[in-house]
Amino acid sequence: MDLVLIQLLNGIQYGLLIFLAASGLTLVFGIMGVINLSHGSFYMLGAYCALTLTQFTGDIFLSLLLGVPLAFVFGVIIEWLFIRHLYDRDHLQQVLLTFALILIFNEVQKILWGSYPHSVPVPGYLQGGVKISELLSYPYYRIAVAGFCVALALAMMFVIQKTRIGRIIRAGESNREMVEALGIDSRLLFRFVFAAGVALAATAGIVASPLESVYPGIGEPVLIISFVVVVIGGIGSIKGAFLGALLIGVADALGKVYFPTFSSSVVYALMAAVLIARPGGLFGRAA
Amino acid sequence: MSMPAILAENINTYYGRSHILRGVSFTVAPGETVSLLGRNGMGKTTLLRTLAGLLRPASGSVQLNGADVTSARASARSRAGLAIVPEGRGIFPNLTVAENLTFASRANARGDRPWPLERIYALFPRLAERRHHWGNELSGGEQQMLSIGRALMTSPSIVLLDEATEGLAPKLRDEIWATVKQITDSGIAAIIVDKNLNDLLALADRNTIMAKGEIVFDGTSDALRADEALIHRHLGV
Repeated sequence: MDLVLIQLLNGIQYGLLIFLAASGLTLVFGIMGVINLSHGSFYMLGAYCALTLTQFTGDIFLSLLLGVPLAFVFGVIIEWLFIRHLYDRDHLQQVLLTFALILIFNEVQKILWGSYPHSVPVPGYLQGGVKISELLSYPYYRIAVAGFCVALALAMMFVIQKTRIGRIIRAGESNREMVEALGIDSRLLFRFVFAAGVALAATAGIVASPLESVYPGIGEPVLIISFVVVVIGGIGSIKGAFLGALLIGVADALGKVYFPTFSSSVVYALMAAVLIARPGGLFGRAA
Repeated sequence: MSMPAILAENINTYYGRSHILRGVSFTVAPGETVSLLGRNGMGKTTLLRTLAGLLRPASGSVQLNGADVTSARASARSRAGLAIVPEGRGIFPNLTVAENLTFASRANARGDRPWPLERIYALFPRLAERRHHWGNELSGGEQQMLSIGRALMTSPSIVLLDEATEGLAPKLRDEIWATVKQITDSGIAAIIVDKNLNDLLALADRNTIMAKGEIVFDGTSDALRADEALIHRHLGV
């Protein structure tokens, strides 16, 4: 029973972390119509950025404060250099260019940080955990990460639902041309959305870095699972990404307990079931 | 003489290799109401979209209130005082009526204050009743009211209305025309595309007919009414 509880908590925490990465992907796909295969690379760069910054700051949360603005600026530069040329191109060209970015970022990572795995320390004040039973405890850091992700999710939903920039983002998701015709420069909107997507992926990579080792290709599984979340939640929907990520996290964790042989297939079975019932995803428009 | 609200000269616009607008020159005076007539596929929507900056012409120039906006994006033209009510209405389905309206609220380039929401609600009382409904919960008529109201929230000096009353019942059509009259009477220039010839002739100061991407008639409603052969040839009435 304790194992199930621990796995359930791990699943929720994993889902919340995946939400951060997937929310950026769903915004970029939903508003800009760009399939960004390099999204996982920004998660990876976030994790490596955390590795380097924590060596200087000594604290993962200070690294987060420095790393997120850096990631946003990096996103602005990447959008200006590469992504803005893709808006009027078909999806194949988007896939080719963003796949090329994966290869470039992987090489850059090898040059700067090498091919060996690294670890990022959990801050001293979050060492240890909450005792669940005689034998098991749940780490404080994982609880802090879950709390951080929930706070960020609530903040994003507030921004999307209640602010002017949120209205513009929602409008852009349904009719980009009309947004431009009503006086909003869509170039700036797209640059902001892409940079925010990069910052969110990097945030996920930074806060995840003390949970697992930081290694080459760390972003690739995150990219795949983020696409699954976007499909389940509905393209462009933050609420959908939140629910989808939680579903995926819990299904993945419980799958490892109850169906260990097929655990890697559980999330894809879930995706297939959602697509059959709701082709547009849980909160998406009907396909 | 005051500067035209809009002045387009020798516009050529293509869709791929199809040459749609062929050397169109077109002008609208401040506060003037111009109907844009012609059969389907003659270039009316293409002209409106080119004027609004949603299509880029291969050649020609566009001025808005005296300023050259030929290379300006649609967003810059909107901020300079041009608003478009597109065919299909372009309502944001995932925004409420109030959000659709306030989305575009701002002062115009001349420094006029943005239209207050209450002024739109006075013009379209039905929108006030539906202010908390999502855009996709509205009827066709309400969507058209919302699209016009949203255009007015940008404090425009000229409004382009494409298929202004398409798909609306006669009673709703009359409501829309009455409101358009109020808007144009307030000094806002308008270019209107619609299929209801008699309504347009009653409303417009001037009428322009397009055929195969060119302007083939430009004159008053009386002059057009008097030329039945022209009406028959180009409008199929």
